[in-house]
Amino acid sequence: MTEVPDHLLRRSRERREALGAAPTGGGDGGGGGDEAPPAGPPSDDDGEKIPASLLTGQAATPAAAATAPAAAPRAAAAAATAVAASPLKGPEGHTQRLLTVVKAGSIQDVKAQPTDKVHVWPHLLVGEFVASLAMTAFLLVFSVFVNAPLLATANFNFTPNPSKAPWYFLGLQELLTMFHPMVAGVTIPGIGIFGLILAPFTDRNPSHKPEDRKFAVALFTLFLMFWAVLVIIGSFFRGPGFNFTLPWRDGLFFDL
Amino acid sequence: MARRGNGNGNGNGHKSMGARMAEVGEKMRGSQAWVAIFRPGSIFRKGYTDSPRNRSYVIMNSLLYHLHPVKVKRHAVKVSYTLCLGGLSFFLFIILTVTGIFLMFFYRPTSAQAWTDIQALQTSVAFGLLVRNMHRWAAHLMVLSVFLHMARVFYHGAYKPPREFNWVIGVILLTLTLLLSFTGYLLPWDQLALWAVTVGTNMMGYTPVFGAQVKFVLLGGVEIGTDTLLRWYVLHVLLLPFVTVIFMAIHFWRVRKDGGISGPL
Repeated sequence: MTEVPDHLLRRSRERREALGAAPTGGGDGGGGGDEAPPAGPPSDDDGEKIPASLLTGQAATPAAAATAPAAAPRAAAAAATAVAASPLKGPEGHTQRLLTVVKAGSIQDVKAQPTDKVHVWPHLLVGEFVASLAMTAFLLVFSVFVNAPLLATANFNFTPNPSKAPWYFLGLQELLTMFHPMVAGVTIPGIGIFGLILAPFTDRNPSHKPEDRKFAVALFTLFLMFWAVLVIIGSFFRGPGFNFTLPWRDGLFFDL
Repeated sequence: MARRGNGNGNGNGHKSMGARMAEVGEKMRGSQAWVAIFRPGSIFRKGYTDSPRNRSYVIMNSLLYHLHPVKVKRHAVKVSYTLCLGGLSFFLFIILTVTGIFLMFFYRPTSAQAWTDIQALQTSVAFGLLVRNMHRWAAHLMVLSVFLHMARVFYHGAYKPPREFNWVIGVILLTLTLLLSFTGYLLPWDQLALWAVTVGTNMMGYTPVFGAQVKFVLLGGVEIGTDTLLRWYVLHVLLLPFVTVIFMAIHFWRVRKDGGISGPL
């Protein structure tokens, strides 16, 4: 049993003295719980649910006091205590006392609403496993049938025409045809990366719903399309001398 | 016929295959090594029957707990929400690490040997060509999937508070992915590699103020050569993957700390 703080014990002692009873010291033992439940409150369950050790100074109703001597042969000492404590009852006949009220909010500050959750195993892990298996299978089959390019050994004296950067940089190479290399190769991609990093700090619209953020969605789509179009032009529509060409007429000038 | 007293029920004095397997399994699970490897609470020690408690233990008492919580929001497991793009990017990174380690056994980053090593890898090493193909295609796919992952995250507004910082980490990871791919591009030392990198580094040479210095540091000299190859090789196999792993760890950790993935919309 948990220890009862001193100030509460003192308060309960004072209360008892005020009611004109001798202090029992709270040690009525387990025997008190065996006696018949009080007749006043009609529910029989009360006596069973509340542990005997918590019912200090119980047996307050006259009926309980009457039955106490009947239980005496079994636990004489306890019965004696119960008889001694019999006048103890609250102002409205309650046999229990409210020590303190602790509001839930002061212990637990529940901010999050309960959400609908599922177990990661199996619901998430199975999906991840299937996705990784599918990716492995795709990669394996693709790699069996399509070989990675390996051109002639590097030769500083022979510049292939056209010379192209890896595909994800072909947008930049495409910009090179229009701007000074510093603008195309450094300024524009720099602004792009920086703009991306700043996106959450410039977009102060708190909504996640597409219909509330048409401008952001439009701007980002424009950004994606800008690069996609440049990369596609650079990859498929640029031939010798990085001049414009049509892939279905002049063939592909593109290696992955 | 009177039954023999061996208790296996088939009457021929031999234990059935199933009984033997069960016995071996029991011995194995009781062994010191097994107990040392699997912690108390592991399903490999306790056995698994489907129950909410065991479903939690699968995550809680294994390495997976570093990656996933025990439970996630119901919408978070929908493929139509994430399209698996972030997870697949990570998985491609793992594939690239495994295939890349294989390639490292057969490759020397010098201008005299690089190309012939690749050539020999493709022609005389078992599965050499296949593994190189996988490494190459997985690299391109990873650039693509990281890019698409970024688009998915943007369209869901998942970069908004409290996830702003994780978006920044994500942009850094995108840059690192491009750098990883670009440094790997030079290593075969063929005409494609040489001139693609020439184009790329010439562009970086136009960085204002420090252009010449940037180019010198990148190339390890005034022009592409063996020093460039060694430099980009070390960047490709050690430095950039190392940095990427650290940023990925932060990225995944923040996903959980910021309250799981965003949404539902």
